[in-house]
Amino acid sequence: MPLVDRVPSYDTVLNRNPYQPHLARIVRIYRMVEDNYLFTLRFFEDRLATMFRHQPGQFVMLSVPGTGEAPISISSSPTRPGILELCVRRAGRVTKALYRMHTNDVVGIRGPYGNGFPVQEVTGSDLLLAAGGLGMAPLRSLLWYALDNRDKFNRITLMYGSKTPGEMLFREELVSLVDRKDMTCLLTVDRDPTGTWKNYVGLLPKLFDHAEIDPARTYAAVCGPPVVYKFILERLLALGFPKDRILMSLERRMKCGVGKCGHCAVGYKYTCLHGPIFTYWDAINLPEMI
Amino acid sequence: MKIRKLPKDKLDFFASVVQQFGEVHAPVEQDGKYVFKRLSRWSEARLDYPRTILPPKKYFFPPRETLFQFREGEGYLPCTEGLDKRAILFGVHACDIYALNILDQVFSGKYDDPYYQARRKNVAIIGIDCWPDEHCFCRSMRADFVDHGFDLFLGELGDHYLTFVGTALGDDMVLATGPLFQDVSPEDIDEYKRRSSSKRQGFKLDIEIRDLPEIFEMEYRSEIWDELGEKCLSCGSCSMICPTCYCYDVVDDTQLGSREGRRNRSWDSCLFATHALVAGGENFRKSRASRIKYRFYHKQRGFVAEYGRPSCVGCGRCISVCPVKIDITEVINKLRGVQNAPCR
Repeated sequence: MPLVDRVPSYDTVLNRNPYQPHLARIVRIYRMVEDNYLFTLRFFEDRLATMFRHQPGQFVMLSVPGTGEAPISISSSPTRPGILELCVRRAGRVTKALYRMHTNDVVGIRGPYGNGFPVQEVTGSDLLLAAGGLGMAPLRSLLWYALDNRDKFNRITLMYGSKTPGEMLFREELVSLVDRKDMTCLLTVDRDPTGTWKNYVGLLPKLFDHAEIDPARTYAAVCGPPVVYKFILERLLALGFPKDRILMSLERRMKCGVGKCGHCAVGYKYTCLHGPIFTYWDAINLPEMI
Repeated sequence: MKIRKLPKDKLDFFASVVQQFGEVHAPVEQDGKYVFKRLSRWSEARLDYPRTILPPKKYFFPPRETLFQFREGEGYLPCTEGLDKRAILFGVHACDIYALNILDQVFSGKYDDPYYQARRKNVAIIGIDCWPDEHCFCRSMRADFVDHGFDLFLGELGDHYLTFVGTALGDDMVLATGPLFQDVSPEDIDEYKRRSSSKRQGFKLDIEIRDLPEIFEMEYRSEIWDELGEKCLSCGSCSMICPTCYCYDVVDDTQLGSREGRRNRSWDSCLFATHALVAGGENFRKSRASRIKYRFYHKQRGFVAEYGRPSCVGCGRCISVCPVKIDITEVINKLRGVQNAPCR
């Protein structure tokens, strides 16, 4: 039977293509902080809009038609389906193009990718979320997941610091959590030029003085710039946190999101497949991680 | 596995039969070097070549390809151009087939790369035996023999080829020749084994890979990396010609003033300065030393953790193209604290 008689196949390119972006509409642009807007998206296809499910901590590949693709962590909780909220920093080529777009404009989305936070494993434990600056973007998904499944978790504590109140992501929302009795929400700013900030002023690690933390029964989720990792990790280790219960969300420049293109490799792990959530134990064993 | 033998003087006839199965590509001489290319006539093929400039990877994962076309209002339309093209690669060495088997693992898993997989289905492979030259170390990398990944493999047997039939398609090719292929005798098998052990003696380069991952961990902060960083030009040649390098970049290409364009991907290298750069300017591998270390580390250590073996197959291309003569076998032996030595 000559080869020419066998039917050539590229069906998967058309029907099961992991690189296929799906069209989504920008339904809202919230100018949260300068260069850190919150974009709310909804898939064109109703089936996708309602079926799309993610884990807190996962990310999507966002396409701006004509400009390219970039990995963006999902800031909305899977407990609130139907829409996707992406907190996007205006930083690279793709995000700059996104900032030129308007409500009702069309983007491409594929995903969700990455491992996400191990919410099954964390269930039943205390949860400590520690974020600095833009680190709140991926942690916000976990925060609302935990609050919407309040009975699945024991004590919940959020420690979040930004430079000034004006630079605090999700500020109104987080300030409204401070009075909640079923969690501890500790917010701090390095300095308060407004003079109206009613929460803490000081560096993020100072918040440990105001939190009740039992390292034996707590998982810590940490995200922020390198300096945040340095000081928060130091405190967590001093408190006696097991290294595999400190969870961190990493940033790399994924081009594919599915473990092929090689750009997000850290040591021998791919941030897009094995991460972006790694434990501190992983970090010790993988060079160049933080 | 079905094993038959083919008289060498009937190779022309066999090639003419194979043509019915698709266009035949084979190594062809070009300016003193060799490249895989579509044959215009069979006599162009040079089956005794040492190594081609680019490995056969280019047929499955081309240097540049279009993944999608996008149009306003229509979104991203997958590009299937050329994916159904039938071809036969004639005369692929064991190391290069081994490398494709490694790429098969990378381009499958949780997410299949459908472009690579489609081409892999539509391009057949006829392997051929070879003899090591001064840059070959495939034996050290355990890639001097392959047991799968080909449709047919032609092993050296004096005036015959001992032919291993790897797939149903390969069997169809054998059967299409009529009575050309013959049964194998016990003497043929003895002869093949004799040749195989003398080939073993032919290697001039040797490295020990057994505990290499541990050596890489222990020598992670070695000065050797800084010395290499001083020497390396970050030109990326070694990645471009590597049969197992698969890093790629994705770029959207739009014509000026138009709302249509293409999403293209092209080969990339971890030696390029921007490889580990993230938006906002942080670069996780700023120095050349950190990049060349990463390249060796990922191939010889990282890949072992992920896939159970190094991703290097010892084809010797990177040794032969490096403009500043960085030699992976020398680097590994230096890390081990031993001199480059001929194979035992």
